[in-house]
Amino acid sequence: MNPHAPIQAVVPSPEAVATMSPTAIVLSLAYIVAAVLFILCLRGLSSPDGARRGLVLGEIGMLLAVVATLLHKDVVRYEWILAGLVLGSGIGVAISAWIPMTKMPERIAFSHAFGGLATALVGVAEYLREVDGLTYFKVGALGFETFLGFLTFTGSIMAYGKLQGVITGAPVTWKGQNFLNIGLFFGALMAIGLLVYDRSQQQVFFGIASTGLALGVMAVLPIGGADMPVVISLLNSYAGLAACATGFALNSQILIISGALDGSSGLLLSLLMSKAMNRSFANVLFGAFGTVSDPGQPAAGQAGKSYNEATVEDAAAVLMASQSVIFIPGYGMAVSQAQHAVRDLAASLERRGVDVKYAIHPVAGRMPGHMNVLLAEANVSYDKLFDLDNINDDFARTDAVIVVGANDVVNPAAKKDTSSPIYGMPVFNVEQSRSVIVLKRSMNPGFSGVENELFFQPNTMMVLGDAKKTLLSMISALKDGH
Amino acid sequence: MGNEWVFNLYVFVLATFVGYQVISRVPPLLHTPLMSGTNAISGISLVASLLAAGSHHLISQILGFVAVTCATINVVGGFLITDRMLRMFRRKPDVPAAKLEPGKRGTAS
Repeated sequence: MNPHAPIQAVVPSPEAVATMSPTAIVLSLAYIVAAVLFILCLRGLSSPDGARRGLVLGEIGMLLAVVATLLHKDVVRYEWILAGLVLGSGIGVAISAWIPMTKMPERIAFSHAFGGLATALVGVAEYLREVDGLTYFKVGALGFETFLGFLTFTGSIMAYGKLQGVITGAPVTWKGQNFLNIGLFFGALMAIGLLVYDRSQQQVFFGIASTGLALGVMAVLPIGGADMPVVISLLNSYAGLAACATGFALNSQILIISGALDGSSGLLLSLLMSKAMNRSFANVLFGAFGTVSDPGQPAAGQAGKSYNEATVEDAAAVLMASQSVIFIPGYGMAVSQAQHAVRDLAASLERRGVDVKYAIHPVAGRMPGHMNVLLAEANVSYDKLFDLDNINDDFARTDAVIVVGANDVVNPAAKKDTSSPIYGMPVFNVEQSRSVIVLKRSMNPGFSGVENELFFQPNTMMVLGDAKKTLLSMISALKDGH
Repeated sequence: MGNEWVFNLYVFVLATFVGYQVISRVPPLLHTPLMSGTNAISGISLVASLLAAGSHHLISQILGFVAVTCATINVVGGFLITDRMLRMFRRKPDVPAAKLEPGKRGTAS
C-alpha cells in the first residue's frame, strides 16, 4: 500500500457526495434537535428549580439520537446492539438506583471509565474495519480517540481505586516521574503522526492504545486524595474530548457537540477547583501534593503546643449559649456518613431559635459539589448552603462554628504562612468566630501532613472520635441540658 | 470530502463556546449533578458504538457490543442518578422555632 496515496483515491462516503436521501435529512434533523435538547438540559442546571425539567429534555434528546442511529443505513444487524442495550441498561440501573450518596465520587469515576472504554473500543473497531479506506484526517482522529479513550479508562480506574482505598490515596512518586509521563505523552503524539503517514501500521496503532492505557495509570498515581476533585473534573474533560475525536473520525456533528459540552464542563470545573486551591493546573498534575512537607516535621511542630480536648458536654454547653452557628463539612463527614446527624443537630439548634448556616468550600470532599449533594440528601434546604464568598464575612459575627471532618479549608496557614504547601488557598475565616468546635477522628495530621494551627487556638475545642457518634451524643446532650 | 473537517472544527469551537457559557452559569450547589449529567450526555458515544456493533465486520461487532454496553450504562445510569440527586435539592420551609419544644426530636426528618 502506498502511504502517499492522495486523499482523492479514497472512496468518499456516499453522504458527502450524493444528494441526501429523505431519510438522511430526517436523521440529520433528529440529531440537530438532540443537540439543542442537550444544551437546554445543561441550561436547566443553572437553578435547582428547573433542573429536573431540563434533565427530561436531555433524556428525550438522547432517545431521539439513539432511535435515529438505529435507522441509519450502515446499521445492518441488531442482535449485538440489542444485547448491549439490555445488558448496559441493567448494569446502569443497578449501579445508580441504590448507591449511597457518600459513594458519589467513586460512582462518577467509575462511569468516566466506562465512557473512556466505549470511545476507545469504537476507535479500535473503526480502525480495524476500515484500515485501508481511511483518510489521513480520519486516521489521526481515530488515533486521538483511542489514545484519549484508553487514557480516560485507566485513569478513571486508578481514581476509583484511590477513592475506594484499594490503591493508596497518598501520592506515589519517584524520580523522573514527570519526565516519563511527558515522554509518554509526546511519544503518543509522534506515534499518531507516524500512523497518519502510514495508516496500515497496526503495531503503531496498538502502540498508541497501550501508551494511553499506561499514561492513565502513571498520570493519576502521583496525585493525592485531596486533589481528587481536580482529577475527576479533568477525566470528565478527557472523556468529552475522546467523544469529540470520535465525532471528527465519523463525521458526526452530534458527537462533536456533545463531546464539546462534556469537555468544556470538565475543563471549567477543573479550572474552578484549581482556583479554589490556588494552584495551577500544572501544579496539580505534576506537583504531587503532600510530598513537599517532611512527614516528621509536623509532628515535631505540634508536640510543643497544646490543644483543648473537649467533651461532648462542653461542646453542647457552648452551643446552648450560641445564637448563630455555622457548620463546615469536609470529607470526614462523608467518611463517617454523618450528614443526617449534622442535619438533626442543626434542626435541634434551630428549634432553640439558633440561626444555622452551612459553609461549603469548593474543594470540600472528593469531587465538585460533593458536600451539597450529601446535605441535600439529608434534607437540608439548599438556601442554607453558602459558598466561600457569600459567607466569609459572617464568621466574625458567629458564635460557634462546627467543623465536621474538614481540615485544609479551615487552616489559617493558607492565609499567613508562606512556607505552607497550601499557602494562598482561599479558606474560611473560621478563627474569627467566637468559638470553634472541631470534630475530628484523631490529632493525626493525615497524609497531607499539613499542620493546622486552628486546632491549637485557645477558642478551639477538639472533640475527637467518630463524627457521627459525636454529633448524636451532642443532640442528646442538648436535649438533657435545656 | 476534503473540507469536512473544517466544518467540523467550526462545530467543535462553537459548541465548546456555548458549553462554556451555559456551564459557567451552573451554581457550585449543582456541580455534582452537572458532572453526572454531562456524563450521561457524553454517553452519546453510544451512537458511534451502535454503528460499530451493527456492522458486518465480526471484530467490530464484538468491540461494538462491549462499547454499546458501556455507553448504555452511562446513559441510563447517568440520567437516573442525576435525577435521583436533583430530586433531593429542595428549598424547605424553616422549622418554626416557637412551635416546637426544645427537647423534642425533629419531625421534618
